[in-house]
Amino acid sequence: MRTRLRVVDDGPGLLAHRRDTRAGLLRRRWALRSLAGVGALLLGLGASVLPALAADTGLKGTVKDPVSGSGIAGVSITVTGADGTPQTVTTAADGTWLVQVPSAGKYEVTIDQTTLPDGLTLADQSKVTAKVNVLSEGRVQTVLFKLAAGTAGEGGTAPSADAPASKWSQIPQLTVDGLIFGIVIALAAVGLSLVFGTTKLTNFAHGELIALGGLSTYFFNGVVGLPLILSAALAVVVSAFVGGWVQNRYLWKPLRKRGTGLIAALVVSIGLGLFLRYFFLFIFGGQTRSFDAYAGQAGIEIGPVLITPKDLISSTIGILLIALTTFWLLKTQAGKATRAVADNPALASASGIDVEKVISTVWVLGAGLASFSGIMLGLQVGVSWQMGFTILLLVFAGSVLGGLGTAFGAILGSIIVGLLVQLSTLIIPTELKYVGALVVLIIILLIRPQGILGKAERIG
Amino acid sequence: MSASPEVNRQQAALVRGTLEYVAPVPGAPKPDPIFIGDTINRSFGGLVAVDVSHLEVQRGSITALIGPNGAGKTTFFNVVTGFDPPNSGTWSFEGRPLAGKPAYRVARDGMVRTFQLTKVLSKLTVLENMRLGAQGQRGEGLFTALVPGLWRRQEQENTDRAIAMLEKFNLIHVKDEFAGALSGGQRKLLEMARAMMANPTMLMLDEPMAGVNPALTQSLLEHIKELREEGITIFFVEHDMDMVRDISDWVIVMAQGTVIAEGPPAHVMRDPVVIDAYLGAHHDAALTETGESLTKKADA
Amino acid sequence: MDWLSIFQNSFTQMVGVAAVVYCLAALGVNIQFGYAGLLNFGQAGFAAIGAYAVAVLVVTVGWPLWLAIICGVIGSILFGLILGVPTLRLRADYLAIVTIAAAEIIRQVARSVTLNDYLGGSDGISGKYAADWYALNPFEGIDFFVLRFSKNDLWVVLNGWALVAIIALLTWLLMRSPWGRVLKSIREDEDAVRSLGKNVYLYKMQALVLGGVIGSLAGVIFAMAAQSVQPDNYATTLTFYVYVIVILGGAARVFGPIIGSMIFWFLLVFISELLNNAVRAGYISSDILSTDQIGQVRFMLVGIGLMLLMIFRPQGIFGDKKELALDER
Repeated sequence: MRTRLRVVDDGPGLLAHRRDTRAGLLRRRWALRSLAGVGALLLGLGASVLPALAADTGLKGTVKDPVSGSGIAGVSITVTGADGTPQTVTTAADGTWLVQVPSAGKYEVTIDQTTLPDGLTLADQSKVTAKVNVLSEGRVQTVLFKLAAGTAGEGGTAPSADAPASKWSQIPQLTVDGLIFGIVIALAAVGLSLVFGTTKLTNFAHGELIALGGLSTYFFNGVVGLPLILSAALAVVVSAFVGGWVQNRYLWKPLRKRGTGLIAALVVSIGLGLFLRYFFLFIFGGQTRSFDAYAGQAGIEIGPVLITPKDLISSTIGILLIALTTFWLLKTQAGKATRAVADNPALASASGIDVEKVISTVWVLGAGLASFSGIMLGLQVGVSWQMGFTILLLVFAGSVLGGLGTAFGAILGSIIVGLLVQLSTLIIPTELKYVGALVVLIIILLIRPQGILGKAERIG
Repeated sequence: MSASPEVNRQQAALVRGTLEYVAPVPGAPKPDPIFIGDTINRSFGGLVAVDVSHLEVQRGSITALIGPNGAGKTTFFNVVTGFDPPNSGTWSFEGRPLAGKPAYRVARDGMVRTFQLTKVLSKLTVLENMRLGAQGQRGEGLFTALVPGLWRRQEQENTDRAIAMLEKFNLIHVKDEFAGALSGGQRKLLEMARAMMANPTMLMLDEPMAGVNPALTQSLLEHIKELREEGITIFFVEHDMDMVRDISDWVIVMAQGTVIAEGPPAHVMRDPVVIDAYLGAHHDAALTETGESLTKKADA
Repeated sequence: MDWLSIFQNSFTQMVGVAAVVYCLAALGVNIQFGYAGLLNFGQAGFAAIGAYAVAVLVVTVGWPLWLAIICGVIGSILFGLILGVPTLRLRADYLAIVTIAAAEIIRQVARSVTLNDYLGGSDGISGKYAADWYALNPFEGIDFFVLRFSKNDLWVVLNGWALVAIIALLTWLLMRSPWGRVLKSIREDEDAVRSLGKNVYLYKMQALVLGGVIGSLAGVIFAMAAQSVQPDNYATTLTFYVYVIVILGGAARVFGPIIGSMIFWFLLVFISELLNNAVRAGYISSDILSTDQIGQVRFMLVGIGLMLLMIFRPQGIFGDKKELALDER
């Protein structure tokens, strides 16, 4: 019999195979599972159960409330083909809709905003109609309409319909958003850069320190039930101890003693990051969750800028932490020792500095700062198992931009990356804003590999 | 290279004879310079490591570059061989300008160097190390490499030459050992022999005697002298004054990045400026030495 | 416990489509990381280029398969050059950061809604990828003791392993040539190589591009086997798996990636099948481990495996320390 191998994702990038030509027993079992609606199959050969209509051609989607994430019923969607015949459906109770079309080709999908619940509107008013190309027969193409709070045509976070004029008026808002995001990145980048400076470890598991901060805050807040502020404080302490001190003491210090090479250590950090991410997924599950306080906080208007009190307060704390770190590095004995070790470990050691102690301090500090970065990120976009890995490359971009190994460079570079990410949405689609920052990272390396504040030495 | 040793010896004597008439002052012009450097400057941050206004090396001579620790000798070597970009400066080799050329081009032009901390490839055998040194290998192209017929004969020739060279450098008995298994002195020899495989016109040796067992020193010195007799110019950095006195035709002294004296060995060693530089450096020698060796360790 | 099915699946996957695809990607990384010491963490990006070239050009545009493959190879060459130019003069970890970033750029652009009409968004592109090529298949599927392949899979696997054999042969030829000698020397000490008049930058570039081209062929085979491409199959996890395979089999050994890929997929499938059976048979309480979580446990094991290998057996599970130096000899 003609069989087809289906490869579907059961985790990011997982190559997963499923054979349709299995022994009958196994196939029946799988069929049962799909009937039971279990969702993604496992076995590592797992494949998500394709919808019953898989063989048909069509368009589908889910209309979701942007805050609660639940589906919205009764929204009217119209699909128009090249021949001009419209088909209109309304979303089901879970917000899903499906339209079958006769052939592959170009279709226009329009959402009727009047059927949306009060207080919700399209996030981008220019996208009432989506143009979609169904690439091949037998394919059900997903079409998404992103909603936001507000009423059609009104200001707020949803840009108004007169797009060209309002584009530049978004600059103040995007700048503030960019600065806040820059602080998030900078908090993580300081630790990454200091660890690199003192031990030359390029730590690809640093993102998991960010996630550890966010997730443990959620644990204290959402599971134990402590107030958010106390939870955040506890999370920073726990992350600094477990993610910083313990990690250094029981993993990296022994490796340094063994004389593990830099490349080997880098690969080890990749393994550690992979393990931790899926450990978080195992414990926490795949959803994105919000802290129980301040989830749908209303913004306050300051001039042309809308900012939520939680962002205002958390980024103020973030700035304070960065300022304290800077002060510590510049003015205290321990901070000066840290910079000396970053500069030249052997010389620092010869001058009587306890290098291992400095490294340990740097890990604790770096993990603590990264955990606060995770808390800020959690407040803004919610916490999830791979929240750290998602922004890790931006953290690298910030550190490299500023000059890997220099704490001040990392801060400066991160703020620039944050601004870049947000302001780039003026030009490129929002979904590609991280891509823009990564492209800039590559270009920066081409022009000035040592970064903005890095020493102009040969990095060969 | 093909001329008889006797002829070469006469030429060497001629070189030394010619240098007798060169004024022993910093930046002195030579009758037949193979290397000419001008206003070469290299600073790290605010620290000026090298600031050489003019320097010439006589063709066919053994020229020593000496100076107290931190005088900028190795940095000078790094700059002129393309391993370290200078802040400013021009230099030429056999009349061809070299400034801005990448290190591999400098080597192809005939200026081949060795390193203070030997850089033998420890996971390759001694013979493979030697073969690597040969220039213009057809088998080093990505596509030609796939057709052994294109390069096998050349590889055999290179191997024969390598074996002859290893015999000369007393390394033939270890030719199939991993270079990592050699002693410090043997590594120095191997590095020098490997550099010779590249057919240099001028061989630049960075502290060839450092860390070499005294028993090997004499044979190393003989090798260097023999190289001159083959017509190769030798330009070397050294701390060992006995060696400098013994083999060099001409000595250039650097201190704090600049050339402070030049001349035949005997003349330079009597020069009060040189003695001052060494004595001045001697006061804080302990400190500098710690600093320098630590930097080396950190680099390694 | 259904032991027969556990072993059937494990042994089939040991030489199955995934093993072939990952083996190809690993052959490329072995040249880059194993022989030249280049940390290319963007192999997923190279594979994505090969796969999408076939998907877009064959399915959407309608070009013949061979032309699409050539375009994929050219695309991966250009990608390698773009990555190499800014980074190959820099310290090794810069290449790692840039390549991992570039692979993510490719994946995110591929799954973007903006380019949905061309690249199919997060659903990717499915369709008739290689009908003519499948039509050449003279074999039927096999079901022999522990090996089970459908007709099409058998064709993919046979062709795939043949391609692996050709590339392994080329690698072997290259690494015993003077070119390979220069490459291995660069891994050890590039300054020494530079001082001997070799253009180190050029060699690194050649190694990066060559390994990338092999990686793009992995993507081509993947797309042809699955008859679909999906952007999230080309995430960084693919690259991490490939590194586990290379290190497992022994870096800088011609047969390393082949052995590594087989062992890797056998273990991976065996462990998850075993766990799955154990949970379903009630040996493991589903409160502790639900069947949905087995995939996660598998990733955790890969992560730990990578750490332990790199710390305790960087030379691979069969090699001894001396063989690490002996390379492919």
